[in-house]
Amino acid sequence: MSTAVGYTAVAGQIVVVGAGAPLLTGWMRQVRARLEGRAGAGVLQPWRDARKLLRKEPISPVGTGPAFRTAPALLVATTVVAAALVPLLSTDTPVSGHADLIVVVALIALGTLVLALAGLDTGTAFGGMGASREMTVAALVEPTILLSVFALSIPAGTTNIPAIVHGAVDEPARLASPAGLLATAALAVAVLAETGRIPVDNPSTHLELTMIHEAMVLEYAGPDLALVELGAQMRLTLLLGLLSSLFVPWGIATSPSWAALAVALVLFAAKLTLLGAVLAAAEVFWAKVRLFRVPELLAGSFLLALLAVTASYFLSGAS
Amino acid sequence: MPAGASGDHRRAAESDGAVSVIPAALATATALGGAGALAGCSLPRGMRIPVVGALTAGVGVGGGAVGVAALGGSRWAAALPGVLPLAGTHLAVDALAGLFMAIAGAVVAAVAVYGIGYAAGHGPHGLGSRTAQAVLPLFALTLVLVPVAASVSTFLVLWELMALASLLLVLAEHRERASVRQAGVWYAVMTHLGLVLLLIGFALFAAQAGGETFAALRAGAHTVSPMVRGLVFVLVAAAFTSKAGAVPLHAWLPRAHPEAPSPVSALMSAAMVNLGIYGLVRTGLDLLGGGPAWWWLGLMATGGASAVYGILQAAMASDLKRLLAYSTSENMGLVLIGVGASGLFAAYGDRPLAALALAAALLHVVNHAAFKALLFCAAGSVLRATGLRDLDRLGGLRPRMPVTAGLFALAALGAVALPPGNGFISEWLLLQSLIHGLAVPGVAVAVVLPLSVALIALSAGIAAAVFVKALGVGFFARPRSEQAADAKEAPPLMLAGMGLLGAGCAALALVPGLLGDGLDRAVGAVGLPGSGAVAGGGLKVRLADVSATLSPLWVVAALTAALLLAVGLPRLYGRRRRRANARLWDCGGGAPTPRMAYTATSFAEPLQRVFDDVLAPEQDVNVTPVRESAYLVERVRFQHRVPDRIEHRLYEPVLRALAGAGQASRRLAGGSVHLYLGYGFVGLVVLLLILAVGW
Repeated sequence: MSTAVGYTAVAGQIVVVGAGAPLLTGWMRQVRARLEGRAGAGVLQPWRDARKLLRKEPISPVGTGPAFRTAPALLVATTVVAAALVPLLSTDTPVSGHADLIVVVALIALGTLVLALAGLDTGTAFGGMGASREMTVAALVEPTILLSVFALSIPAGTTNIPAIVHGAVDEPARLASPAGLLATAALAVAVLAETGRIPVDNPSTHLELTMIHEAMVLEYAGPDLALVELGAQMRLTLLLGLLSSLFVPWGIATSPSWAALAVALVLFAAKLTLLGAVLAAAEVFWAKVRLFRVPELLAGSFLLALLAVTASYFLSGAS
Repeated sequence: MPAGASGDHRRAAESDGAVSVIPAALATATALGGAGALAGCSLPRGMRIPVVGALTAGVGVGGGAVGVAALGGSRWAAALPGVLPLAGTHLAVDALAGLFMAIAGAVVAAVAVYGIGYAAGHGPHGLGSRTAQAVLPLFALTLVLVPVAASVSTFLVLWELMALASLLLVLAEHRERASVRQAGVWYAVMTHLGLVLLLIGFALFAAQAGGETFAALRAGAHTVSPMVRGLVFVLVAAAFTSKAGAVPLHAWLPRAHPEAPSPVSALMSAAMVNLGIYGLVRTGLDLLGGGPAWWWLGLMATGGASAVYGILQAAMASDLKRLLAYSTSENMGLVLIGVGASGLFAAYGDRPLAALALAAALLHVVNHAAFKALLFCAAGSVLRATGLRDLDRLGGLRPRMPVTAGLFALAALGAVALPPGNGFISEWLLLQSLIHGLAVPGVAVAVVLPLSVALIALSAGIAAAVFVKALGVGFFARPRSEQAADAKEAPPLMLAGMGLLGAGCAALALVPGLLGDGLDRAVGAVGLPGSGAVAGGGLKVRLADVSATLSPLWVVAALTAALLLAVGLPRLYGRRRRRANARLWDCGGGAPTPRMAYTATSFAEPLQRVFDDVLAPEQDVNVTPVRESAYLVERVRFQHRVPDRIEHRLYEPVLRALAGAGQASRRLAGGSVHLYLGYGFVGLVVLLLILAVGW
């Protein structure tokens, strides 16, 4: 019985991230449209786009190789594995022993790297430009992420995410501590950078001066493009989910029961809806910063993460 | 390796049968090395390369067998009083030596196979020449034998032989490029400065400890005053970190590694630099028996600086082999962070954590050796096929050299420290040991550990960009020069050697547990308890109040399943159609040419801008106007380079000062014999006065 719930939770996490990701994107676009005084295309539009793209003919641009062709599936695969590992719905799953925060971060970075290689494989100026910029941002985000991991794992004594989440549910004071708040802020900036949102990157631009992610995937069409878009949307959902699991962990099932899982599912949807709406609303008022101002933003978030680690060391009385 | 044996049974495992393997294998390796040198001198050209290659591979197999036996728990020691005059030769093999011998042996064996194919295509000069072929087996032999030395004199003799042999091999292609000669001078000077430091340090240590065998040093270390111990450590650490390619004494590495023939680069980068780490662990943790925190903080600072500086320079390099050489500097920096953390934890009395950090560092040495040897060999294949090392002119090699490109990708996956590569496993373990290090009291620890984690993360992030550049610009896209367009796949022997290394990378990535007991014994050899971190199917960290697990096989299985899901589900939905080819999007301006593609330089440009203050790039624009009018431009010359700033700031003033002193001292040598006799007289009198007054 308990393993059945556990496997259902894992499958549920994958399905929620996979199927919910286009809905979250649609919801964010809709919120944004309404705030900007437009009618918007509706929450389901990303699903309609995906259906249209999947029915099209697969296309390989001349001169591209396996790196280009396998990248979309690899991007989705890394995100699926990460979605199975991160305790979005339940901390008590058959895979929770493998759910190491460093592994999850590395899997997400692997997805970035695969797309960058695909961008270079096209041999066009846009592909290389996007790959170069994406890898630069990814390289600079890495210290922030790992230091946040460090700060979060100090009170829990492990980098295992279910254990961290479990500890935070049992002891909510950890979240309100200076270390917890600083780590939240640092990780939030890192998530914006990793998912290519404003102010780091604008997901809806195709202007060569500014685009990062879109430049990398410019050559994709048809089913490949559907997978790339799904992968990007899943990453956004997963990382927002990770953020909510780490810092608003209430509602996540900590015991193997169907009722707890159902509650977790509803609360997860509610949390992501709210987070998505906040992010979309913020994007209406923010402008994208210049590419070479992005490092300043990331350096700021790095400082927050470093403060989080030192705060958690000195304030926890470990010395 | 006996599966059930743990570190506690180390001594019990010294069975007679296992002990006899070591001297026999050592003797075989030495004999094969000698025979190889003779064959290199005497055989005609046609036979020379295959025979020497086979004998060198034999040296590697013999050395590797000794290493594996030692990792399996056997030990061996011997004294041969007649071999070296005055001091005699002392040899000993324990698990720590065994680990480095096993790495060197495996790398030597695989690279020797590769080298047969490589040298055969090179004609009478270069690696195929009589001298190079005679020296190659000797170099391989010293790589395997240095860890066997058990006295200062034996160690220094073998160390110097290794340096000289590698120097001769670095110079193998001196007829072809002037830069080889320059690299040789740098390497010769720096390695001998290192030797001088080692000589002073060890002589001081031996004099104070009352004996020059390692056993006597170990026994006498606690009688030496703290100041002398500190001085010995600083001197020895400077020499060994220079050999390992850590900043600021790294300047030889990015010159010598690219200019050496590729198999030699692979041996140097994957086996020789490791011995710097070996010397440091052996001296610092074993012979000196650990030391105060400031030693290890200094080592961690050196490691952190090397990691970030090395990978930044690699990011700026567009010469493929220079990029790999700087990446060696980075990885040795990571290893130094691990060794430093281990010493630091031991200094604060947390021995299980110290064991974990050292295990992580040693595991990274193993992983780095596997992927770096393969990377250099693949770069050698590219060089042989195209004559180019410049990434800006390569490209499009994937369809032309598919096996080489695939193996390069495999090794690059190891180098970027992402799953499922082998580098990820050791970096994960290193991060775990640092993250859990905050349990150790002390403000210094609380400041240094987060910074180390940040530096490791930054270097890992930039490493991802570096290897995306190397693979994506060098092997993907379209060829940017005729040479790259005409590239042909490497011959079978080169592929076989690279295949062996690739299999090693894959095995280390999937089942690191195979190393488990051996790694624990190697850590145990310096007196730390076994960490048990690497065992069975994966990695487990279990300390007093912390835990973490990583199972590489599970990650690979999950990724494969998810990949099938990602490929399969859209197929179920969409209509099955064959892939169609289409033109690249060209903005309506005609097909894009290879010149429009991003080059390595342009790929690195954003990173260079971000780290402008650290790198201080130099740019030179020369506009020549037409004679008739200043407004019409005839020619624009643009030059851009990113110099090694440490070299610029640290070495050049020293070199200038030395040259100035040399010029000034010419006046002392006027040519008059009377003057010279006078110098001799004054010198003698001063010496006698000092002796009479001072002592």
